[in-house]
Amino acid sequence: MKQVGTFASVLGALLLVSRSYADELNMRVGVTDISRQVYDLHMVIFWICVVIGAIVFGVMFWSIVNHRRSAGHEAAQFHESTRLEIAWTVVPTLILIIMAIPATQVLIAMYDTGGEDMNVEVRGYQWKWEYKYLDDNFNQTFSFFSALTTPQDEIQNRAAKGEFYLLEVDNRLRIPANRKVRFLVTSEDVIHAWWVPDFGIKRDAVPGMLNELWTIVPEPGIYRGQCTELCGKDHGFMPIVVEVMEEEAFDAWYDEQVKLAAIRREAISQVLTTDELMHEGEQVYSRFCMSCHQVNGQGIPPAFPSLVDTAVTTGARDDHIRLILDGVAGSAMQAFGKQLDARQVAAVVQYERHAWGNNAGDVTQPADVVNLMAGQYRDL
Amino acid sequence: MSEVIHTDHHAADYSVDQHAGGQHGPEKGLARWLFTTNHKDIGTMYLWFSFLMFLIGGVMALIVRSELFQPGLQFLKPEFFNQMTTNHGLIMVFGAIMPAFVGLANWLVPMQVGAPDMALPRMNNLSFWILPFAFGIMIWTLFSDGGGPNFGWTFYAPLSTTYAPDSVTYFIFAVHMMGASSIMGSINIIATILNMRAPGMTLMKMPMFIWTWLITAYLLLAVMPVLAGAVTMMLFDIHFDTSFFNAAGGGDPVMFQHIFWFFGHPEVYIMILPAFGIVSHIIPAFARKQLFGYDSMVYAVASIAFLSFIVWAHHMFTVGMPLAGQLFFMYSTMLIAVPTGVKVFNWISTMWKGSMTFETPMLFAIAFVVLFTMGGFSGLMLAITPADYQYHDTYFVVAHFHYVLVPGALFSIIAGVYFWFPKWTGKMYSESLGKIHFWLSFIGVNVTFFPQHFSGLAGMPRRVPDYALQFADFNMVSSIGAFIFGFSQLFFLFVILHGIKSGKPAVARPWEGARGLEWTLPSPAPYHSFTHPPVVTDAEVHG
Repeated sequence: MKQVGTFASVLGALLLVSRSYADELNMRVGVTDISRQVYDLHMVIFWICVVIGAIVFGVMFWSIVNHRRSAGHEAAQFHESTRLEIAWTVVPTLILIIMAIPATQVLIAMYDTGGEDMNVEVRGYQWKWEYKYLDDNFNQTFSFFSALTTPQDEIQNRAAKGEFYLLEVDNRLRIPANRKVRFLVTSEDVIHAWWVPDFGIKRDAVPGMLNELWTIVPEPGIYRGQCTELCGKDHGFMPIVVEVMEEEAFDAWYDEQVKLAAIRREAISQVLTTDELMHEGEQVYSRFCMSCHQVNGQGIPPAFPSLVDTAVTTGARDDHIRLILDGVAGSAMQAFGKQLDARQVAAVVQYERHAWGNNAGDVTQPADVVNLMAGQYRDL
Repeated sequence: MSEVIHTDHHAADYSVDQHAGGQHGPEKGLARWLFTTNHKDIGTMYLWFSFLMFLIGGVMALIVRSELFQPGLQFLKPEFFNQMTTNHGLIMVFGAIMPAFVGLANWLVPMQVGAPDMALPRMNNLSFWILPFAFGIMIWTLFSDGGGPNFGWTFYAPLSTTYAPDSVTYFIFAVHMMGASSIMGSINIIATILNMRAPGMTLMKMPMFIWTWLITAYLLLAVMPVLAGAVTMMLFDIHFDTSFFNAAGGGDPVMFQHIFWFFGHPEVYIMILPAFGIVSHIIPAFARKQLFGYDSMVYAVASIAFLSFIVWAHHMFTVGMPLAGQLFFMYSTMLIAVPTGVKVFNWISTMWKGSMTFETPMLFAIAFVVLFTMGGFSGLMLAITPADYQYHDTYFVVAHFHYVLVPGALFSIIAGVYFWFPKWTGKMYSESLGKIHFWLSFIGVNVTFFPQHFSGLAGMPRRVPDYALQFADFNMVSSIGAFIFGFSQLFFLFVILHGIKSGKPAVARPWEGARGLEWTLPSPAPYHSFTHPPVVTDAEVHG
């Protein structure tokens, strides 16, 4: 009896080990109804392939072992059999039809994007995501960027890598549990792809196109994914982190964000000290500029020019502001007027003109940016 | 010379007769290779060129795998990593696999249809000599300011237009040259096959390699101009302010993908149909039994070629298409499994009750059948659209297409080289060295690519220079496999050179089960294959 118990516990332990391995070896089951259906489809087609493979390769290896000349086998000279050939055309066709039925059903379910409780616009940028919560009432909308926070020290192997290496961001996308969230996916520059494996959804973010996705997540938790369409230098460094919150907590958070957005709008009209501008400018620079122009401002010429003692950072200030707002067509320099508000632009201009030994000796306030490009700066 | 020529004795006489008839041999020195119009010389150049490209593309793959050996950035900057993955893909597809098949066609088409040479020998010379310049230009851009192509071998706009390095114009020019070369090569092959077959060789008596290449050549003719159109539109977007693919100007980045894959999917079959042909020669030869269903093999190849034109958007399931479009492309893609299955079943039925021996070409052919079929299985899984959302652009896809291209297309080329080596050189390669090469390659390829299925299913995106920690084990294994595989191909070079230098003399028909007009010629084959049309007998071609 004791032996049986030991055997059972060993078996149980093995099963646990193999299960934890299976998570790494197989597709993730995920947490939504759709992701489970997709997983089931995956397993059905997988086992169909395994069975066909076992039969076909089994016959082949049996033949290899038994129909060897070294085993004394003489070659038969039969060929062609209409009956056999019809069979091996018809049988696979039937298997495929059987497989196509559930696949079609799941696909139709995935395309059911109507009846949503809320809409989130997902916009890809080189190399970060922007999430915008849409609402018919403009004052109820807000947006933020979500970018990688893994420190360069970890990427460059100078520090130990954390548990969520490359899968951690500054601002998570937050959505409520048990509500149908519709995502409108698009891009500002090149094509990206937005993928959360645990939700079983992936869609390309294409400039000029609005793709639809939806999910209902029953379980609160943190779910991680990555950009899955090559989008340039830092394609491997733009993760997606979604925090699914209890419905009440989400509503409270949402109200908070709406209030903060109003405060931000207010802040645009303020006058700041040069220290405040430099401090905030450094933050903006590290989030939006540094991946190309580098921490020391030297860039990676010729694709990403240096900012140290160059015409842009020492010349006319208004040109500097316009360059940041409008970008440079046909280059990697984006039109940051769509990403940064006037206060952020002012701060980063101040920073770039007074960092790394640059000393333009001027002060740039949010109002300067607003006046320069009235009506073209970002509202939120 | 009107006698039936299928014994070694007669073949030897034939060669003597040819020289007696005032035939000339090759020129001497460099001029031979620069100005040659001889199908064997050009075939040889194609094969050596593709091997050189294979090594260069292989070094790039090893650079990529070195970086991916561990998480973190070890050796490369991300922008250089992207150039390596891009150029690895471009060089392997356009520089290694395709020219290798053209090289095999150059050597074999005249010999297999009973012709003296290719139909258009001067164009043959031109179509080869374009290639070194095309790839020279493309590889040279890697050393230019801003670097070379870094947008993936599929060069999706606008990453390859608005956001591309300056060198993209040279890349476009190089692609145009490669396309011109391929089009000339395929016209030549079609002209030779349709006009220069020996009397009595009707279409349904043609060897399988000829059939597969005839269909492949038509695929090339159909799609290379489409690729040329795509890169020309890129050129206009970049330099002449058009907006074919620029959404800001009313263009459509997705249209690029439709055009690219309308070229790209037939391209995939361009790289595998001749492989089907080669394997359909080798398996019957070493099973000592004729191909089970010749007619159905021909029809299967033709169906695959037709289907290859109506499945392209399965590369784009995540791009955002209407439901009806998704369903159409899912069904048409699944359908390809049927003719592909017919081919696999045919090869196995050919082996069934044969009298098999396992020389190196046969080992590579069997590995082809098994591993290509595995690539086919993962292809079938990828066809299931809802599941494809989870596989798309992950390492699962990388594993899939490397299984069909490396132990698929590449193994068939290697098998073909070993199989026809005695006919080309008049020497036998060392069987034991060949077998070592096979086992190293077989182990290397599986250690490299099998774990990539797992990292893909676990969620690792492709084309990333760095990855999250849960993917570390599989990547390490994969990198070790890549180095085993890479160095075993240097060993291949050694086996070939060893065979050329010190191989034993080969008889006209070194494989007793091999059939085909090429085996009626002496080994090595005379410089001009058949100056008089041979008599086609049921013993040599499909009856």
